[in-house]
Amino acid sequence: MATHLLLQKIFKTGIVSEPAPVADPALRTREQELQAEILKVFGQAVAIRHVDAGSCNGCELEIHAINGPQYNIEGMGVKFAASPRHVDLLLVTGPVSRNLETALKRTYDATPEPKWVVAMGDCAAGCGEAGGLFGANYASCGKISNVIPVDVEVPGCPPTPEALLAGILAAVSGGRAG
Amino acid sequence: MKINGLDWNLAPLAEHIWRGEVTPDALPDLARAVKEEGGQLVALWGSDERHLAGQGSGCFAVHAAFITAGGLAWVSAALDAKQPAYPDLSATFPQAERMQRATYDLLGLTAEGAVDSRKWLRHKAWAADEFPLRKDFAASAGDPAPVDGYPFIRVEGEGVHEIPVGPIHAGTIEPGHFRFSIIGDRILKLEQRLGYTHQGVEKRFEGRDLATGAKLAGRVSGDSHSAFTWAYCMAVEQALGARVPERAQWLRGLFLEIERVANHLGDLGYLGNDVALSFGFMQFWRLKEDWLRLCRDLFGHRYLFDRIVPGGVAADLDDPGRRRLADLSHRIEGEVRELKAIYDEHATLQDRFANTGICKPALAARLGLTGLAGRASAQAWDARVQFPQAPYDRLEVNMATGRKGDVLARAEVRFAEVFESLRLIRAILDKLPNGDLAAPLPVADGVCQGLGWVEGWRGEILVAVRIAADGRLDRVHPHDPSWQNWPLLEIGVLGNIVPDFPLINKSFNLSYSGQDL
Repeated sequence: MATHLLLQKIFKTGIVSEPAPVADPALRTREQELQAEILKVFGQAVAIRHVDAGSCNGCELEIHAINGPQYNIEGMGVKFAASPRHVDLLLVTGPVSRNLETALKRTYDATPEPKWVVAMGDCAAGCGEAGGLFGANYASCGKISNVIPVDVEVPGCPPTPEALLAGILAAVSGGRAG
Repeated sequence: MKINGLDWNLAPLAEHIWRGEVTPDALPDLARAVKEEGGQLVALWGSDERHLAGQGSGCFAVHAAFITAGGLAWVSAALDAKQPAYPDLSATFPQAERMQRATYDLLGLTAEGAVDSRKWLRHKAWAADEFPLRKDFAASAGDPAPVDGYPFIRVEGEGVHEIPVGPIHAGTIEPGHFRFSIIGDRILKLEQRLGYTHQGVEKRFEGRDLATGAKLAGRVSGDSHSAFTWAYCMAVEQALGARVPERAQWLRGLFLEIERVANHLGDLGYLGNDVALSFGFMQFWRLKEDWLRLCRDLFGHRYLFDRIVPGGVAADLDDPGRRRLADLSHRIEGEVRELKAIYDEHATLQDRFANTGICKPALAARLGLTGLAGRASAQAWDARVQFPQAPYDRLEVNMATGRKGDVLARAEVRFAEVFESLRLIRAILDKLPNGDLAAPLPVADGVCQGLGWVEGWRGEILVAVRIAADGRLDRVHPHDPSWQNWPLLEIGVLGNIVPDFPLINKSFNLSYSGQDL
């Protein structure tokens, strides 16, 4: 009987969620002038829309990972949503391929103000070895900030879940440790 | 080597890999011979040869890799400079169609007689009369080309309507466009439009040194990092006649199986999630996270990025590490068996999985379905089993297969492969020979080429490499099995309801970046 086995497994597993990492203010790239207002409106809860602007799908693996039980991202008030119209933050992986440039701009425009953009990974941030390998060329616009304004850049190939969470928290909290 | 009883003048290039030249006109005959023998087309690509002085009369070349009873046959046909064209192969192997269209977009080589000659990878980044992989193409970020539309095939009639989905999707997945034509809730036709993540990867290889090429290869499709890097390194080492230390070969096998387990655990979790069993997602992703963290502790990277390098590997394993990996593989095996019992008994899950997204064996054979999805539709190919290279020649891999070709069969193959890979990992840990981790590469004396072939978690991955006389990369073509399998997804969803599409899609879990290049 599946229900019996399922409940048994849940109780045996217990709670594996870990404490959240501290926000990293060093990842911020521009002052968030609306920050006070955002915090007033949203508190510490934030909805995220992920946009793959042309990544190798390595960064996506870690976005999936932070949705897993150890990281408990929803427990921190962070939730992934299906439409840009429902979110406060765009989490963009890339570099931005020319074939997705228009789609990314439209997604940005469809996201209501006030909003944040977090560029995830070396290619999206235009840094590191991968960022150098995947710079602008005939098929690519290069890093995200070449196409839309970016608030926080999270380096790494791919960034670890801890780094990604710290980057998201840096955008949301303006560097104030949660 | 003979194919279907005929001698095609193929010479051995490496173990299980054969190389030959044919005239363009002979390509369809060769394709039919392969087909009659029960083989398949794996990859088709082109190259610009005009800069290779004294390398024969060809100015362009079209290349095809066939899987045959005797191994992998890599054949090339030289093409004319003014009107580079070759006969269509998609009449024999339908999977050739998109590869042929991409070969035109990138190099201007025409498949004569092809039914579908619409553009494929080209959207708006370059104009219809420009070809990025020609050596005289300027690879800089130029002005955007004028946008020409893409003619979708329209289904018309009473009650038919279209649902356009993407390129930006509702979940954390890669971008692509799906055009559904439906009646009520049932899918009458699905047409895919891919190429959105085209990054010009093949152009980026040109002129790079061999070590940098390995890093690029690993980022063709990040979830198959070790498979692509290994295939690339295999091709480079073959081209240069390099010998790889035994320990490095075994560690490469270890990394590939670790990658397979990680991806299958993630997919099994998402398959549960897609039928509203979030318990499955949380349990499998808990295990996957434990697995990734051990990789970080033992090898310094959660996904083993850049741990395979030309000449060997860049990470080692000590005895305490071996014990930790063996212990975790035992624990995960036990837990996955518990979770499989729950999946097996869960009525809703079984109801959604069974008879959903069917690719029947006959259709799979005709259209060239490959890899784990192929094995779930009775296409019993696995390079580790039939054509094992070191270390698999000493490991006796058991192939997982199914016949029903539905979501359930693809899930069952994943379960079986998780158990088999965990067994293989322990076998590798037991037998891991001592020795060096890498050997220096010989220097290239003139233009040379090689082909790497690795059974990744999704299916067979090929990387063809040509090294120029200066020792730098001249042409690299990475091939992901998603090329063959995407068209089968169009067919597997027919007659299913639209809400089952995400589940069927996940059961294939194909790479966008791997085929968009």
